[in-house]
Amino acid sequence: MLFYLFAGTAVLGALLVVTQKNPVYSVLALIGSFFGLSGLYVLLEAPFVAVVQIIIYAGAIMVLFLFTVMLLNVPREDAAEWDRTHPLYRPMAVRIGGGLALLLALELGWALWRTAGLGGGVADEHPAVSSVAELGRVLFTDYMFAFEVTSILIIVAMVGAVILAKKREE
Amino acid sequence: MSIGHYLVLSGVLFSIGAAGVFLRKNLITLLLSVEIMLNAVNLAFVAFGRQLGTVDGQIITFFVMTVAAAEAAIGLALVIGLFRHRESLNPEAFTSLKW
Amino acid sequence: MADIIAWVTSPAFIAYASIVGVVFMGLQISAAVMVYAERKVAAFMQQRLGPTRVGPKGLLQPVADIVKLLFKEELRPKAADAFLFTLAPIISVATAYLAFAPVPFGAPTTFFGLLDEPMALQVSDVNVAVLVIFAASSMGVYGIVLAGWASNSKYSLLGGLRSSAQMISYELAFGMSLATVVMVAGSMSLREIVDDQQGYWFGFIPQWYIFLQPIAFFVFACAGIAETNRAPFDFPEAEQELVAGYHTEYSSMRFAMFFMAEYINMVTVSAVAVNLFLGGWHGPFIPPEYGWIWFLIKLAFLLFCYLWLRWTLPRFRYDQLMSFGWKVLLPLATVNLLLTAAGVLYFGL
Repeated sequence: MLFYLFAGTAVLGALLVVTQKNPVYSVLALIGSFFGLSGLYVLLEAPFVAVVQIIIYAGAIMVLFLFTVMLLNVPREDAAEWDRTHPLYRPMAVRIGGGLALLLALELGWALWRTAGLGGGVADEHPAVSSVAELGRVLFTDYMFAFEVTSILIIVAMVGAVILAKKREE
Repeated sequence: MSIGHYLVLSGVLFSIGAAGVFLRKNLITLLLSVEIMLNAVNLAFVAFGRQLGTVDGQIITFFVMTVAAAEAAIGLALVIGLFRHRESLNPEAFTSLKW
Repeated sequence: MADIIAWVTSPAFIAYASIVGVVFMGLQISAAVMVYAERKVAAFMQQRLGPTRVGPKGLLQPVADIVKLLFKEELRPKAADAFLFTLAPIISVATAYLAFAPVPFGAPTTFFGLLDEPMALQVSDVNVAVLVIFAASSMGVYGIVLAGWASNSKYSLLGGLRSSAQMISYELAFGMSLATVVMVAGSMSLREIVDDQQGYWFGFIPQWYIFLQPIAFFVFACAGIAETNRAPFDFPEAEQELVAGYHTEYSSMRFAMFFMAEYINMVTVSAVAVNLFLGGWHGPFIPPEYGWIWFLIKLAFLLFCYLWLRWTLPRFRYDQLMSFGWKVLLPLATVNLLLTAAGVLYFGL
């Protein structure tokens, strides 16, 4: 029951992101979607990931998006332009795209149908490991290299973003 | 809830994100759709991690989130630079190198 | 149906519902009390009397303020985005209440034997309580940024952007000092952190973390004051600078919600500081069941310090504020984290 609630929030938020004309509403819809995903992580017994999702994604990355939208004063997409050039209004594109989507959905359904052992719940076979201490231990021993590379990545991204967004003093 | 539910949800979210990348004519909404795709992948990782009873799924999620943060920062910096150059956020305004 | 009724009328549920009710009403009442206290403290520090006419010694002043705010006209600028304009104060208030949810304010008690097993005086007891508070305060940024944007006016937008830039900058130092305390305590659950601060050294110095981690307390205090946009870090809502910053265009109930959100954020940051650094509900002379009395005393002291700082120190200029956060507080917090890690590893703190 809770699964459907959170899943519905996530999907609804994602749909709103893709369909809203005002970019500020898109960002807010995505934040709503992240809350749904966070609830799903709690259901999957990963409370740390759930809270970190809120802190990092909804609390930092989306603030970055919102700042950019506000600083650039992004205009709403023009409704007339939208109607004229939107791919969904082109019949050939709709047919091919719809056909491919149907094919993909059928393939996924077939793959899931044919896989054994999908009936039970996610939590049946192994007990959950949700303690933060265990996460930290594995992160700093088995995934040490990836962790260090990630820190280099963040520094590079920080420096890059500052340089790219700087105004050229001509 | 079986793993199938979570995978179907992940697939649905991923395709909504992909549809957003293809259909939207606004650079920022495009980046948001990419974020949706990354989140769908995160969900699949955590679901599989839970099913196998290990903690690896959650750890990979951190790396995905970090990469998404770095990519969002650089992407938005590029968008700001592009906007200053062309005063438009429509990807079709940046097709000068097209054949 | 019958077992639902049995569950709803069981003592555990009633106790839990009353805890939730007490927290909710307590936060609202504390906002009202803070309004009065602020004006009185400001007055006494400025050698005047403050509100004295409404009720005995002006004690009914908050009631008068609330009534005034309720009856004011609800204005909304025509060019403002209606949905966001109304959503912003809702987000502010909701995240302010949410941030207090994992904060415990008393020892687990059985309410004088009513319950079979002790129930924690806490709305929700999560393992990662420290992070939930951090997450809720990160979400509080949205209320401000959306208020600035939705008002569609220069002052509001500037105030909103500056205020949220300040809040996210100081969140880093905030998080680092939280990480330091978690390292020393070995757990992220607030109740375990408080329980770790029981006992005394040499018989009379309480084992509070403020003595173990004074730098972390300093960083937490500065970051907490900056997070709640209070003086001396309140440039974005300063009256002399930006009209009133992000809540320029707000009136009546929506303004009241921002107002309340600010005071409740103050109470939450003080409550978290009491739990993390000042030993929570442990104190001498009172049996552990009435520990919440000590909690309230320490909380009142910290809130008084908030007011004290506001009416004593001049305001930081915005660039001074940002450079303090990034160039002083963040390196200090990081070095403290390193030293604490070394201490925990080699000396077993």
